[in-house]
Amino acid sequence: MQAARIRIANGRILDPSQELDERGDVVIENDRIVGVHWASGHAPASSPAERVVDAESLVVAPGFVDLHCHLREPGLEYKETIATGTRAAAAGGFTTVCCMPNTEPTLDTASDIEWIHAVAHRDAVVRVYPIGAITKGRLGIELAELADMGRAGAVAFSDDGNPVRSGKLLRNALSYARITGRPVVDHCEDHDLVDGGVMHEGSVSSRLGLRGAPAESEEAAIARDLALAQAVGGRLHLAHVSTAHSIELVRDAKARGTRVTAEVTPHHLVLTHAWVAGFEEGVTRYDTNCRVNPPLRTEEDRVALIRGVADGTIDAIATDHAPHDVVDKNCEFDRAAPGISGLETAFGLLMRLVAPTNGDPALPLATIVRALTMGASRAFNLDLGTLRVGALADLVLLDPDAHWTVDVQRFHSKGKNSPLDGQDLRGIVRLTMVGGKIVHEVPR
Amino acid sequence: MQVQAPTMIGRARAETDSVQGFDGLAPCWPGRRHVLDLDDFAPGEIVQVLGTAATMKEILQRPIKKVPTLRGKTIVTMFYESSTRTRVSFEVAAKVLGADAVNVAAPTSSATKGESLINTVQTLQAIGADIVVMRHPQSGAPWLVAPRVHAAVINAGDGWHAHPTQALLDVFTIHEHLGRVRGVRVTIVGDVLHSRVARSNIWALTKLGAEVTVCGPPTLLPRDWLLEPSRLPWAVRVCERLDEALDGADVVMALRLQRERQHGGLIPSVREYSHLYGLTTERLRQADSSAIVMHPGPMNEGVEIAPDVAHGPRSVIEAQVTNGVAVRMSLLYLLFGGEAALERSD
Repeated sequence: MQAARIRIANGRILDPSQELDERGDVVIENDRIVGVHWASGHAPASSPAERVVDAESLVVAPGFVDLHCHLREPGLEYKETIATGTRAAAAGGFTTVCCMPNTEPTLDTASDIEWIHAVAHRDAVVRVYPIGAITKGRLGIELAELADMGRAGAVAFSDDGNPVRSGKLLRNALSYARITGRPVVDHCEDHDLVDGGVMHEGSVSSRLGLRGAPAESEEAAIARDLALAQAVGGRLHLAHVSTAHSIELVRDAKARGTRVTAEVTPHHLVLTHAWVAGFEEGVTRYDTNCRVNPPLRTEEDRVALIRGVADGTIDAIATDHAPHDVVDKNCEFDRAAPGISGLETAFGLLMRLVAPTNGDPALPLATIVRALTMGASRAFNLDLGTLRVGALADLVLLDPDAHWTVDVQRFHSKGKNSPLDGQDLRGIVRLTMVGGKIVHEVPR
Repeated sequence: MQVQAPTMIGRARAETDSVQGFDGLAPCWPGRRHVLDLDDFAPGEIVQVLGTAATMKEILQRPIKKVPTLRGKTIVTMFYESSTRTRVSFEVAAKVLGADAVNVAAPTSSATKGESLINTVQTLQAIGADIVVMRHPQSGAPWLVAPRVHAAVINAGDGWHAHPTQALLDVFTIHEHLGRVRGVRVTIVGDVLHSRVARSNIWALTKLGAEVTVCGPPTLLPRDWLLEPSRLPWAVRVCERLDEALDGADVVMALRLQRERQHGGLIPSVREYSHLYGLTTERLRQADSSAIVMHPGPMNEGVEIAPDVAHGPRSVIEAQVTNGVAVRMSLLYLLFGGEAALERSD
């Protein structure tokens, strides 16, 4: 039995939604935060009825909100389920995950959305918010029933995995989705320009003889989407932005007042196409775990993405957690399924950006936490990602200086497909709490 | 550095003067398990392969072409793509050295999710292959296989990526005809983008000090080679115009043009390609070139190379094929440690 009242004592409280970075206590009663007391103020003495969690030398932050993950259920349970995916999320510090509709069948009706809510109610350990498809079957031909899905609890709409090829249809989706108050999330990729590319087109693809997907296959699609969103006043969210020029396009569009938000993944912030060549220590050449869509890009792109997070051009960091079974990856690079199992390594990977040793622009921990919490929450109009008194008690305790070695066999996720297996990471999620319940805990 | 004396290869009668002409690059063979690409070859290792190949060529000229060096060894050739000269020359090389050569007819149609490749490799493992020679249409496929077998893996061509034995036989042929490699100006013409032959040749040639130019229409050149040549791992001149590329060349190597490039929208027509990039006697004359002419085969005569050039006095294309056997013998021999004698078995 967990105590009805929990005091997270003496931690560094980092909550960008209140611009708070102070030592103190967070007090939780049932599923809500009832008190945030700074050490400099007068924290009430703990009462015998409360459980005290010692957060000395730990960071207390709002639980992370992942705008983009693949839980694979229904239909692809051999890759992941809502049960395993949400345990992976809890281990990664995510108290909310938004799951993509590219399941079998596609989540493209209100009953599909309700089914996800029902299964999540039964199996999930973190909050699961489904994203409905933009078009029926994600085929890009007819709009799905967006309003009906919105009523059933879809938090956004996306054909993720597929871009919406038709500009006319995407324009209509952006316009129509206004009645739902929910954003349209586009996976920006011009398939014609990708032309079967399996990694970033550049110095590494030309060396390895792999077909390249050029940066402009994303940029041309983003430019189109921004023009459409501007034209109809729709809410556009750009999934996994990956190139330097894409960042410029988003920055310019925001300056013009376009209603656009954007996310970037931890792997695009830290890894580059050089990983496919095996130039990094401990990485093998043609490792299919480095095959991901959009592909790992260049060093210039990566640095531009970091700057985009730093200056707020990028609103959210989202994992694009894409678990796959070993049979989907244990094959030739061209034939491997794209995707990285990312929930459990996200925080450790992002910590590499806080105190970079390679000359990168540093990203303060507060900025990273903002993009994982408040930034993500606002992009999808979710009332989450804050430690305000009265808010849901979704929070994490982070141990930013603790080291660990990635061992994919110990992942909670069914997807062991991570290029980081064996890598040393700094930054451990010590505790994850969802609605006042501790769902993940790693003792010190 | 001074020119090193030819080294002994184990107890083999491998003394040869053919390692001269490498300007001080001492042959060396630290021992390697696989031959996947040439990017990780030290220059001295390439020199060692070429020097040993010269000895092998001598064996091939004996009346009885057979030595027992690799007797009892099993070499499996596994070709997922059609090939005549590469596969046959590996088989001949294996048999001359006394090994048993087995060809695995690779299933090309049931290749779903690569299961067939890994399953085939596990079968080969079970039947006790000592060397697996593999060709595969997907770049990087040998990297999938090599960590999963005890056998040595020789890459006989993977996708657009690498064809190390072709490059070694090309460099051997250049050295044989010109007496040197360092400073030799080699122009590679054609569909460089999709060419494993070009990629492996660039590694081998630049490691030995040759000056390489690649030439082709911009749609058939890697974009970064064309636009950011300063960032390449080797110094290669990139040209869009053939006349410029031929100027001063000592070696001209034509690459095969796949006819599907026209349907893929990369060139307007095979006719226009041939007009702009086909090697003709007149074009070589205009460029005032006395270059030798090479082609990895199979040729589209009349497309990338005119028949009179392919079969003319400057062509060394047949010598390339012959040398392919010697170079592959050399590699097979070196992979087994180079300890056994190259005595006659008669």
